[in-house]
Amino acid sequence: MSKKLETAHAGTLESSDAFVRVIPVAAKGIEIELESSVEELYGDAIRTLVLETAKAMKIEGVKLIVQDKGALDYVIKARVQTAILRALGEAEPDWSVL
Amino acid sequence: MKQKLRRSMLFVPGSNTGMVCNAFIYKPDTVMFDLEDSVALSEKDSARMMVFHALQHFTYKDIETAVRVNPLNSPFGLLDLEAAIRAGVDIIRLPKTDTVDDVLEMEQEISHIENRIGRSKKTMLLAAIESALGVVNAVDIARCSKRMMGIALGAEDFVRDLRTQRTKEGSELMAARNQILLAARAAKIGAFDSVFSDVKDKEGFIHEVEYIKGLGFDGKSLINPTQIPWLHNAFAPSQKNINWAIEVLEAAKDAKARGLGVISLDGKMVDAPVILRAEWIIDLARASGVLGEEQ
Repeated sequence: MSKKLETAHAGTLESSDAFVRVIPVAAKGIEIELESSVEELYGDAIRTLVLETAKAMKIEGVKLIVQDKGALDYVIKARVQTAILRALGEAEPDWSVL
Repeated sequence: MKQKLRRSMLFVPGSNTGMVCNAFIYKPDTVMFDLEDSVALSEKDSARMMVFHALQHFTYKDIETAVRVNPLNSPFGLLDLEAAIRAGVDIIRLPKTDTVDDVLEMEQEISHIENRIGRSKKTMLLAAIESALGVVNAVDIARCSKRMMGIALGAEDFVRDLRTQRTKEGSELMAARNQILLAARAAKIGAFDSVFSDVKDKEGFIHEVEYIKGLGFDGKSLINPTQIPWLHNAFAPSQKNINWAIEVLEAAKDAKARGLGVISLDGKMVDAPVILRAEWIIDLARASGVLGEEQ
């Protein structure tokens, strides 16, 4: 059963960071919208990273809008996870899936 | 046992992504990610998650890491602890340590988490002493746990507790520094001085470093990477000390090869503490870049 989500966000638009918004949508699945300064080189890798991170947290019916400012992989992952936890209203994550 | 060099312990706010990603570049002896005072209440969760991932990143594999967690009586303390230990942090910096019970409570929580995730008793503790009560209890705090690797002075909160303010000459910290140093040495653990907040005052910073080095402190907490080379230079041993240390170690090596138990150098007896001191000077010289690895 998919978890109930609210709109939430995490991160900043500063250099080396990423700003991630989580928006619940009616459609099933996970939709990703990416805006990145390194789109051409790493766009596909970032989309895969965001998708895998969201899937591991067992959510669906969601749109993830990611504005990447040249962030390292782990920064993007941390921002996606924080935004999802905020959307779920959960303080403590399941550490084993992070 | 050889001591690890801990001259510079650089505070990195967990909410400052740029600093979290780049702090390793400045080569402090220890990177101390902060989840406490430098992080706004609204960003405690995001800073914790960022630090959880940074600790596991390869850029921090060869550098000692610490995390300053929030107090256990806050809604964040236990979550911080879980994240830091799961991510493999070396040291937990315990904030505002007033009593032995503060340490024992933290130690118990660390053990619970380590047992749950199957990490053998690896996590060390660094207690920050930031009040008159903490200073008075420093001797007991320093030796109440096998995990304790050091105690540190947190001067900003301490001077507030004393109802005074910090000055350049530091007379208001004299009693606390001496007490913390004595407590640490009696327990055979490290002693670390507080931050020097005026990052533009190089002269004042170096003066303070020379002073705390002279007292016997191992190092100092830092808030700005520009202070790292100033600190390391100030901690670098003099050429005279390096020459002495080389002579001691050569004499010890020679005596060992010849099966001699007692060593004498320039008419003075060289025993185990002197050899340890000489090794410490050579380690410092190498870490400070004034002596090559092969020398």
